[in-house]
Amino acid sequence: MIKTGAEIFIECLLKENVKVLFGIPGGQVLPIFDKIFDARDKIKFVLTRHEQGAGHMADGYARSTGDVGVCIATSGPGAANLTTALATANMDSIPVVAFTGQVVTTLIGNDAFQEADTTGITRPVTKHNFLVKDVKDLARTIREAFYIAKTGRPGPVLVDIPADIQRATTEFVWPEKVDIRSYKPVYSGHIGQIKKVADMINSAKQPLLYVGGGIVSSDASTELLKLAEKIHTPVTTTLMAIGCFPPDHPLNLYMPGMHGNYAANHAFQNCDLIIAIGARFDDRVTGKLSAFAPKAKIIHIDIDPTSISKNVMVDIPIVGDAKNVITELLKYVNKKNNKDWLKKISEWQKANPFSYKKDNKLRPQYIIDKISEITKGEAIVVTEVGQNQMWSAQFYKPKYPRHFLSSGGLGTMGYGFPAAIGAKIANPKKTVIDIAGDGSIQMNIQELATAVLNNINVKIVILNNNCLGMVRQWQEMFYKKRYSAVCLAKPNGCLASELSFKRSPLMIPDFVKLAEAYGAVGIRVTKKEDVENTLIKALKIEKTVVMDFLVEEEENVFPMVPAGAALDEIITSLA
Amino acid sequence: MRHTISVLVENKSGVLARIATLFAARGYNIDSLSVGETDDPSISRMTIVVRGDEKILEQVEKQLNKLIDIIKLNDFLNVEHVERDLVLLKVKADKSTRNEILQIVDIFRAKIVDVSTNVLIIEMTGDEEKIQALLNMLKPFGIKEMARTGIIAMARGG
Ligand SMILES: Cc1ncc(C[n+]2csc(CCOP(=O)(O)OP(=O)(O)O)c2C)c(N)n1
Repeated sequence: MIKTGAEIFIECLLKENVKVLFGIPGGQVLPIFDKIFDARDKIKFVLTRHEQGAGHMADGYARSTGDVGVCIATSGPGAANLTTALATANMDSIPVVAFTGQVVTTLIGNDAFQEADTTGITRPVTKHNFLVKDVKDLARTIREAFYIAKTGRPGPVLVDIPADIQRATTEFVWPEKVDIRSYKPVYSGHIGQIKKVADMINSAKQPLLYVGGGIVSSDASTELLKLAEKIHTPVTTTLMAIGCFPPDHPLNLYMPGMHGNYAANHAFQNCDLIIAIGARFDDRVTGKLSAFAPKAKIIHIDIDPTSISKNVMVDIPIVGDAKNVITELLKYVNKKNNKDWLKKISEWQKANPFSYKKDNKLRPQYIIDKISEITKGEAIVVTEVGQNQMWSAQFYKPKYPRHFLSSGGLGTMGYGFPAAIGAKIANPKKTVIDIAGDGSIQMNIQELATAVLNNINVKIVILNNNCLGMVRQWQEMFYKKRYSAVCLAKPNGCLASELSFKRSPLMIPDFVKLAEAYGAVGIRVTKKEDVENTLIKALKIEKTVVMDFLVEEEENVFPMVPAGAALDEIITSLA
Repeated sequence: MRHTISVLVENKSGVLARIATLFAARGYNIDSLSVGETDDPSISRMTIVVRGDEKILEQVEKQLNKLIDIIKLNDFLNVEHVERDLVLLKVKADKSTRNEILQIVDIFRAKIVDVSTNVLIIEMTGDEEKIQALLNMLKPFGIKEMARTGIIAMARGG
């Protein structure tokens, strides 16, 4: 059948089983939007208020399901606004396909109205991108874009489609198979290496499983649990892996690294073998590299060869998919009992668990503790970036993978709320909560309109400390309390160092009124004793709810490994 | 260490930019880069000569391999291979120097490809060393212009 490029676009999305599309139209995507109108019964279109919002929604959709999230924007400014969301997805290996309109092919390179070199701008922040210059290539390109996004190490892919290509016509042919000769991800690990790894595990005395987002993307939680139990080895889960190991399991060591669990960090420094799976030895995890895990041999299982021996030298690498490799590995490892090692670990764990002061002040950690308790870890929690993110990682205990979504690699403030909308649209039956800072939430607050109009029942929990808390914490600890540009109630954000950080009566904005202005429900909480009731009540409201918790202003995230320090130079509190 | 890296890539727009970005992002200067179609017109071969820290280069090569449009990568560091570069030199030459230059050209098995009253254009192929030697010999006469293709390379044997 002869079809226009715009019609082919819709056909391809239907073939790819796309159910939701997030975005904003503009001059260079009008032909496509005309067809989106026709397809509105088959593909739900969510009109966002900012393209960054659309990108993060697609990301939240993808993280919470494992399916590809899809967004669309116009050329120039629309495409430029998508870049932060693409970079966020790229750093965390999230399958997203983004479409952008482009000026007509004859004008490309002429500084035409709303022209930007979109493939040029997004090249470093995508797994791959395409500029379609012939309508005959469109269907195959879209097919390849989805394939590349979700296979191998997943990632965002952008397809730039000039307006004349959207209007041009050709015979529509859906390529049943994808075969890209230069792209052949390896899924099964080398059997010789697997056997070597098994030997190493069998003879280790103090092994540690260090797992990352690769477990989530390869859907390997069940296999991980089997492996950990069989080889009786504690598991530390990175920010990206939270939820992929049962929360109250005796082998769970929770998050490692800068704000990670004391026991996990000490386990790194004392173990004789690290079994890294789908994790990338990020500097926020390893601390000072030269002092990292001094006694350990290292096994690294990852689908991406570039992750291996990038930061730390690895003794045995296995390139392959986590689920496949663990399944194979299970055949060769012996059942073990490492009870002496686990005893040591449980001593560290008892000495310094994640904790906070249990007084009658409204402390942010308490709120997250309560969220974990009330939702039984069955809610999808999305975070912003800063202290709110680290406290969420420490105190929210999700029962399942894909129930803790956070911008790990890029640390993008403004990620949480739109990602929560995407996650809720993908999981309408689940409770979805965005845990936010009062700074971060303002970076994509405009999406309240999107949420309310689409009747998205997400809960926003603002841990309102009246400041850019994480930056303030660094200034308190490493810059002699010289609070520069962190107070959200001052025109320049600065506070003289002798002034203690006290909440100003100014509320700019007043989040409760703001929520109401958008047609959402706004609730303010100022006392600890109101937290539990408010949360229970809010979770029952079938609407977008903003809860503004006025928390202790100068609360800090502990423990903390200062930047550049070794993992065992961990600070557990300020003296 | 000097590395000669040979890469087979899809013959498409944007591929060169992807490769160059990987080097640029790490502050690498590419010594030479040459690109041309192979016997299969849908595939190009790029030959990249670069110097740098071994560990970083290893990472760059992995990253290159990961690019979707790269089909195959070979580093010739420890591989027996042939390297060739082609140079065009415009050298000052008047009556008094012309003969001497012709002799040098002869010794190096180079070629004169253009003659005018006061300059010659000389063409030569060879590896880096040979080209450097020719350059050294001709410098005293005055080199007015030089153009090089950059190294191309091929592994020996099957
Ligand atoms: C887009 C962006 N800009 C700046 C930063 C740097 N940054 C990291 S944490 C932070 C403060 C976050 O403040 P808030 O959202 O109020 O959260 P809190 O730390 O108080 O919980 C800032 C500015 C960032 N991560 N992302």
